[in-house]
Formats: sequence, C-alpha cells, structure tokens
Amino acid sequence: MTVLLFLIPLALLLGLGALAAFLWSLKSGQFEDLDGAAHRVLMDDDVEKDK
Amino acid sequence: MTAAFDFGSLVTHGKDGACRFEAAVDGMTCAACIGEIEQGLADLPGLDHARVNYADRRLALEWRDARFDLAAAFERLRRMGYTLHPFELAESERAEIETSRWLLRCLAIAGFAAMNIMLLSVGVWVGEGGGDIDPATRDLFHGVSALIALPAAAFAGQPFFKSAFAALRAGRLNMDVPISLGVLLALAMSVYETLTHAEHAYFDSATMLLSFLLLGRFLDHAMRRKTRAVAANLAALRAPLACRLSPDGGETLAPLAKIAPGDIVLVRPGERLPVDGVVATGASQLDESLVTGETRRRAVAAGAQVYAGSLNYDGALTIRVEAANGATLLDDIERLLEKATNARSRYVRLADRVSRLYAPMVHLAALVTALFWMWRGASLHDALITAICVLIITCPCALALAVPAVQVVASGALFRAGVLLNSADAIERLAEADTIVFDKTGTLTAPEPRVVNAAEIDAKVMDIAARLARASSHPLARAVAQQRPHAAALEAREDHGLGVAAMVEGVEARLGAARFCGLERQAAEFGAFDAEVSLVAFRHGDATALFKVRQTLRSDAVETIAELKARGFAIEILSGDRVEAVERVAAALRVEQWSGGLKPAEKVARLDALRAEGRKVLMVGDGLNDAPALASAHVSISPIDATQITQAAADAVFLGERLAPVVTTLDLARKSRALMRENLALSVIYNVFAVPLAMAGWLTPLIAAAAMSGSSILVTLNALRAGRAPTAKADPHAAAPPPPSLYGRGEPPELEAAE
Repeated sequence: MTVLLFLIPLALLLGLGALAAFLWSLKSGQFEDLDGAAHRVLMDDDVEKDK
Repeated sequence: MTAAFDFGSLVTHGKDGACRFEAAVDGMTCAACIGEIEQGLADLPGLDHARVNYADRRLALEWRDARFDLAAAFERLRRMGYTLHPFELAESERAEIETSRWLLRCLAIAGFAAMNIMLLSVGVWVGEGGGDIDPATRDLFHGVSALIALPAAAFAGQPFFKSAFAALRAGRLNMDVPISLGVLLALAMSVYETLTHAEHAYFDSATMLLSFLLLGRFLDHAMRRKTRAVAANLAALRAPLACRLSPDGGETLAPLAKIAPGDIVLVRPGERLPVDGVVATGASQLDESLVTGETRRRAVAAGAQVYAGSLNYDGALTIRVEAANGATLLDDIERLLEKATNARSRYVRLADRVSRLYAPMVHLAALVTALFWMWRGASLHDALITAICVLIITCPCALALAVPAVQVVASGALFRAGVLLNSADAIERLAEADTIVFDKTGTLTAPEPRVVNAAEIDAKVMDIAARLARASSHPLARAVAQQRPHAAALEAREDHGLGVAAMVEGVEARLGAARFCGLERQAAEFGAFDAEVSLVAFRHGDATALFKVRQTLRSDAVETIAELKARGFAIEILSGDRVEAVERVAAALRVEQWSGGLKPAEKVARLDALRAEGRKVLMVGDGLNDAPALASAHVSISPIDATQITQAAADAVFLGERLAPVVTTLDLARKSRALMRENLALSVIYNVFAVPLAMAGWLTPLIAAAAMSGSSILVTLNALRAGRAPTAKADPHAAAPPPPSLYGRGEPPELEAAE
C-alpha cells in the first residue's frame, strides 16, 4: 500500500495543474468568446501566403 | 458624415497606460469576418491589439502609441463594410461579467474537489464490508479528503454562504440556508468522523452538492449575461449620436450621454431627434409617431418644443437642448416608468415560490429525523448523521437546476428565432399572459412609411425613381428607395424642400414634391385622399408617376392576430394615434376592443383596469409613449425599431419586420413553463422517495450521491427539450435572426386591401 503514498499526491498534483490551467485561462479572458474560438481554429492567418 | 467624432469620452485608460476602446460591430455576419476585421486593422500605425468578440459581436482596440488614429480605424472598417457603434460598458454589465467569472471559478474548484474526493471515496466504498481496505488506509483517505474538501468548500461555498447569511440576518429563510447548513454540518461531522476513525465521512456529498448547485447558478447567470450583452449592442446600434455645434460652427459627433442642456445640436433631414429641446433655427416637419402615436406630421419652426425620437422630414434643424430636470416629456415618462417597474419587481419567480415552501420543509424534516432517532434511543451522533443525510439527499440540486437549465435552453431557442429576453423571469410571465394589448404605430404598422401603389407603377420608372430616391435622405424618399433595395444611387443634386434631380439617359429625372415635377393637377386629382397618405411625384421626360406613401400594417399582422385569437388570447389595441386611424387598423385586423387618442398615463390606467379584472396582460409596443405601459403590463415585448427607452422597459425584444415572433415567443414560453413545472415535479417526486429512505437511515453515501447526480442529470436532459422551438407555424424569415434592418421583405398589405 506504500504505493498510495506516491499515487495520491501525484493524482492531486495533476488535478491541481489542470485546475490552475483553467483558472489561468479564465483570468486571461479565454472564456469570453466561445463562439469565436470555435471558428478561429479554422483560420489560416498563421500560414504565410507569399513564398 | 464628415463631422469629427468626440472619441475622447469613450476611451478608457488602463493602469499600464494602454488605451482601450470598445464598439459594437454592425455587419458582422459570419466567422470569416473575424479574420477580415482583425487583419484589416493589423497594420494601422500604433495599434497594439485588435480583437473581435464573435459571440458578442464586439471589437476591442488597444493601443499605447499616440500616433494611433481611431478615426482612421473607423474609416477603414467603414470601407470594408462594417459600421462601428461605440458604447460604454454599463456598470451593471461589468458587474455581471465579474459575477459570472467568479461563479465559474467556484465551479472549477468545487468540481476539482468533488472529483478527487469521489476517487478516494469510491476506494473506501469498494473496500468496506468484507473488502480488503484496512482502517489505517481508510483514515488516510478520509484525511486526504478533508484536506481537499475544507479549503475547496470554504472558497466555492461563498455564493451560498453569503446569500444564506444575508437572508438569516434579514430574518428570512431562502434556498441557500439549507444548502449552507447541509454543507457545513456535513463537513463538521465528517471531520469529527475522520478524527474518531469512523467508517463513513461525507466530504464527497458536500463537494458534489456544491458543484451541482454552482452549475445551476452559473447557467442562470450565463443566460442573462448573454442576452444583456446583445441588448447592449442593439442599444448601441440604435444609440443616436448627436451632432453638436460649437459656437464657432464646428461639428462634433458625440454620444448622447455627453450632451448637456444648453448645447446646440444639429439634426439633418431624415434623422431622428436625439434630444428634447427647443428649435433654435430652421423649419421642418416632424413625424412624432414614436413619441405620441400620432401619425400626422407636425410643422415646426424656431421656438417649437420638440421631443427625442421624432423623425425630421424636410429641413435641417438646430435644437437647443433643454434642461434634463425640466418638465419634459421624457421626464414624465421616466417617472411613470419608475413607478411601474417598482410595481412589477414584486413578481415572485416560480423557483423562488417553490423554494419558499421547500426550505422550511427541509429543515423541519431534518429536525424531526434527529429528534425521532434520539427518542428511539439513538445517540446524538447517530441522530445527527441521519439528519445530515436528510439535508443532503433533499439537497435542491435538481431544484436548483430545474429552472435555470430550461431558461438557458429556451432563451437560446428564442435567440435563434430572433427574440431577445431582457429579464430572467420573462419566460414565466409570458406563459401566464392571457390578454394581449397592442400599440398601433410602429407595432402593428411598420415603423417606416411605405409605397402602397407600387404594383401600378411601370418597372422602368420604378428603377429610376428608386435610384434617385437613394440619393436623398428624406424619409418619404427612403420609402421609394426601398422598392429596389439593391439599386445604386444616382449622382443627384438635392433641391432643398423640393426634391432631387439627376440626368438619366440625357433627360433630367426629378423626384419630389408635385410642383417640383409639374404634377400639381394629377396630385390634386388624388385630392380626396386622407391625411395619412403622402405623395411623392416623379418625372422623367414624359414618364410620370405619383407614389402613394403611407403607414402600412406589418406584413404578417393579420395572420398573427388571427393565430393569437385562435390560441384563445383576448386582443386589444391601445393607441395614441387619432381615433379614425386606429379604427381602420382595428377593422382590418378584426379586433373589437380598441381605443385611440390615449396619453401614456391613460394607457397605464387601462392596463391597471385590466389587471383589476384579474387579467395577465402582455403589452406589445414601441415608442416613448408606450414605455410606461410596457413597464406596467404583466409582461411586455417590443420590436427592435423601438427607441432605446422602450427596450430598457420591455421584457423581450424581437428583430425583423414581421410580427410572428410574438406567437413563437408565447408558444415557447408556455412550453418552457410546462418543462419547468415538469422538472420541479420530478425533483419533488425524487424527494418523496428519497427522503423517507434517508429518514429511516437506510441510505449509504454511495446511493445518496448516485441518486443526487441522477436527479440532476434527469432534469438537465428534460430541459434540453425546450430547445426544440415550436416549428409548426414557424416561418422561414423567423428561423434565422435577420439583421436589425429598417427595411423589411415582401409586399406589405395596404390597410384598405385587408378590409
């Protein structure tokens, strides 16, 4: 059962990491425009046009 | 327009020295516009950041560099086909955004805690009763759970604790009191259990409870926030920018909020008046139908009192803005409005009514359970545990989700049908309406006058006339231009007060007053026409035409009224217009109950009388004169052409040229209310089964948690059914929200033709 002593903190750390990432993205306004985000993925603005 | 815009007042300065400017964007139709706008602005000198919010149809600009020229950005977007409407984020909307972020943060934390604790709890449940979990491991699991649950609950429970505390301090019980009590007791008990090495702890139930409740609350908020954002945009689209004249003759465009009494503003022909005031110079005719309901035009000259919302027909006017605290029409209306709004805020929402009964019952049930078990000889500890079980199992998870979930789904469906809800309880009040009162001008009739004899006019003549009309800003010319919506304007010279002229195929074409085109005799032959018809004359060589322009019914008014009648609504028309004009409309629509020539206060009095009869009135109207009536009716809907004050007062606004959204809204509201009741019934049934089990002490934590989540999922799924809008009578135009355009589609029926 000593494996639990590693696994539980590990699971919690991963969860906390995800939570921190969510809170950060919330704070930086990434949930303000959910409709737009869905469409922005499809935009080619990062592809260079004239090569 | 060439006047410089007074931007300074709308630019906000951040702490880091960055300037920020927000505007609603008109003309954004598809996702491709995001890239187009952002890239179109990207190379403007000095601009740091241009970001489009597609959901809200807004654009945010950020810059630090003084070189950046906001006017250039406006101009560039205008050339690309987008119009910017700057606006100030209302304090209420800002607060709303903050709250919804806060709720989402709480939800994230509660969800994280619930999931991790559930992981540990499942381990304990599986291992117990002959399993292979030893007491030391169980204690470890409970200890870790406590470490997660206590801080998480302390943070995520704040929305409930605060509200419960406020309610208790005011000596009331609300839904948050049993929630807070249940959570706090469960946590305290669980800590005690953990310390005494007992078999069960309830950290999982407490955190699950919090996350489900927060989800419901967040959904509730998200709906209101979205509609409010769209409503604010629409207000910005319609916000009249006033053109202020400085003493040296310079013109600046300024938002209305920055106009002070004593300023002089300029109103060109074809524009709506942005302010109340006195005409300083100029003479013109005003269409005051939005303000008074009267459709006949009023001639004004220097010294005349004029009101915001009137449409200026002929000449440019300069207006001295009046003191806002005077006895202006707007002030009168606002006072009435305030009174009416206060009266309505006493409405109790369905969920609140249920919870008012529910909260004391839950406490009572828990108390009775504890006392009963103590009387049966159980220890205080065991009795308390059972009582907590009752508090948790009766947790109004389903109850808290039941109504908001339906509201979110229904408001989404309404949004797709072109209807925006302004207040959260509008759906419930709409569903209760049994009497519908319509305003006439701008509601049953189209807001702008139209050409009614288009069918009699030669197509080629119409083509030239429409292109000529496009070159003029006169409201009657707009009606002619509307006949050919995509025609290009001709290079025309405007002869003030007479009409416009241009060379077409080497011959001069003229559009305007009868004497301008030499058609006085023909116009006189029309002679016997009533006061509501205006004539626009046209001459191109030998080809002549007279356009009859008048107020017409909305294109589907007759069908809509018939459908509403078929659904059993009592229909009534209350109008400020002349009695004869109202009579004709009422006859065309086959409405028996009508009255004309009413002042705003008389409309309110009539609505009060209806209320006294026990009727629930839905008021459909626009115009300043309707604002108090809209606010004092049980529930109200306003077409989007209405002036801003009405939008603020109405519970819902609809877009487009048709009246059909009123029927859709009512149908959907009734369906939604049925679903809300179904959901509430479901959660009551769940409680009827679950509570006795909990009181008997038979429930294990696993079953309690499963039952709780199950009931929540059930009501959420049920709520999704509200999304299927009643499509039986839906029309193709209502399916997609049309852009708020002044010009509708199709041929409107003439009033006489419908008789």
